[in-house]
Amino acid sequence: MAYPANLKYTKEHEWIDLETGQVGITDHAQESLGDIVFVELPKPGAEVAAGKSFGTVESVKAVSDLFAPVSGTVTAINDTLTTAPEQVNKDPHGAWMITLKVKDPKEAAKLLSAADYEKFVAEEAGH
Amino acid sequence: MSKSAEATGTLRKTALNAVHRQMGARMVDFGGWDMPVEYPAGFDGRPGGLIQEHLAVRTAVGLFDVSHMGDIGMDGPQALAAVQHITMNDASRLALGQAQYSAMLYPPGTFVDDVIVHRMDEHSYLLVINAGTREKDFNWARENARNFECQVEDAGDNFTQLAIQGPRAAEVLQKLTDADLSKVKNYWFTHGTVCRLKETLIARTGYTGEDGFEIYIPSDPAISRRVWFEVLETGKELGILPCGLGARNTLRLESKMALYGHEISDDITVWEAGLDRFCKLTPQKGSFIGRAALERQKAEGITRTLVGLEMIGRGIARDGYKVLDQAGKDIGVITSGSYAPFLKKNIALAYVPPAQSAIGGTVAVEIRGQAVEARIVPTPFYKRARA
Repeated sequence: MAYPANLKYTKEHEWIDLETGQVGITDHAQESLGDIVFVELPKPGAEVAAGKSFGTVESVKAVSDLFAPVSGTVTAINDTLTTAPEQVNKDPHGAWMITLKVKDPKEAAKLLSAADYEKFVAEEAGH
Repeated sequence: MSKSAEATGTLRKTALNAVHRQMGARMVDFGGWDMPVEYPAGFDGRPGGLIQEHLAVRTAVGLFDVSHMGDIGMDGPQALAAVQHITMNDASRLALGQAQYSAMLYPPGTFVDDVIVHRMDEHSYLLVINAGTREKDFNWARENARNFECQVEDAGDNFTQLAIQGPRAAEVLQKLTDADLSKVKNYWFTHGTVCRLKETLIARTGYTGEDGFEIYIPSDPAISRRVWFEVLETGKELGILPCGLGARNTLRLESKMALYGHEISDDITVWEAGLDRFCKLTPQKGSFIGRAALERQKAEGITRTLVGLEMIGRGIARDGYKVLDQAGKDIGVITSGSYAPFLKKNIALAYVPPAQSAIGGTVAVEIRGQAVEARIVPTPFYKRARA
């Protein structure tokens, strides 16, 4: 699956759409996790800090933290994922988890482009 | 997303390692073995992955490489006496061609490992043991059988062990063997030609809660590969999937089968684990390692017991999470927990005090600092309908 060029990425395998503020996990992330059966998200209004956990995603086998790509305020959560977490496997770059109101646009400068993220994933796999 | 480090380097490999990689399996370190956890690519155009693999075994058939399991051969004029001394079930009740679930115990009645004892011949037994405990188990068996006229052999590297499991398993395997599988009852075994391999051990055993077979073929990579693909080809029209250790774990959990290091360990006794019916304190069984302590514990009673939980609140209980009472007091611990793919519920096994183990009772599981409600339910969570 190609990584959409309009999204920015983290080395912890999240993506953010800086236009809409939507945040999700990457195709690589869902593939490594396997069948996703549980998503736990913060409440709207919650403050999140860049690099800090804002929720949890669980596959049958594993529990993983979700890390905020940038700091900000949660303005919406994707409730459909609580009943249909498998959407994250089916459409990882469409199945957004939270929407963030970005606190400091300068933080976004540290995020990876689609091409850089793809390179990062390939390097990680090479280890 | 946090990424767990994948250990590599000195992992042991089964004869089918290259086949798993060729099939796109996701590999993990399991008890020091490089094993497939799931096959996301599926097979024959059917999607794979843990959930699909689990469902294939419940509704059709699945194929597992379980060659990491260990095998101990016990042979000699006093083989029965030696087996009786080191295991808790009554091996004297085994007919030739019969197998039984049992366990090797430490003197306090706790577990060295659980085992399946096969009676191969008049004075010959085969014990199938767990992967992570192979060396420990073998050393324990050899050490404790030394006063008997009985050879103890580590036969673990001799076999590729394949498990063919599910309601259509017999149909698939019957096409590949001259042995009449309808004559092999549950927990019995036979020998027959399988995929042109003569005298292959075929046991009607498994770790999934379904009907199924485990076959033991030579651990030669070329032979193992040929048989692996012949089984898959034969099972194609019946919906077979290659299955990894992920599905193996969720299948055994739905069926409440114990996993060493979780429900049983060197710290948990037979009565606590609820494995009473596989432990014989009869005169016919005689003395065995652990018996005296178990007799004492039977009189004194136990302080914790294994129960099944079904989550009421949102969340999945995982191994090591705390179990709390209604007042928030710590009363026990989760040993295994997962989303159950066939039951479509979040289930778990836990140790709690007997006074708080009543079916229908409510407890809480501490998940990331939150108390999430769970109900104590009858086990096994899943039981197959028997013909």
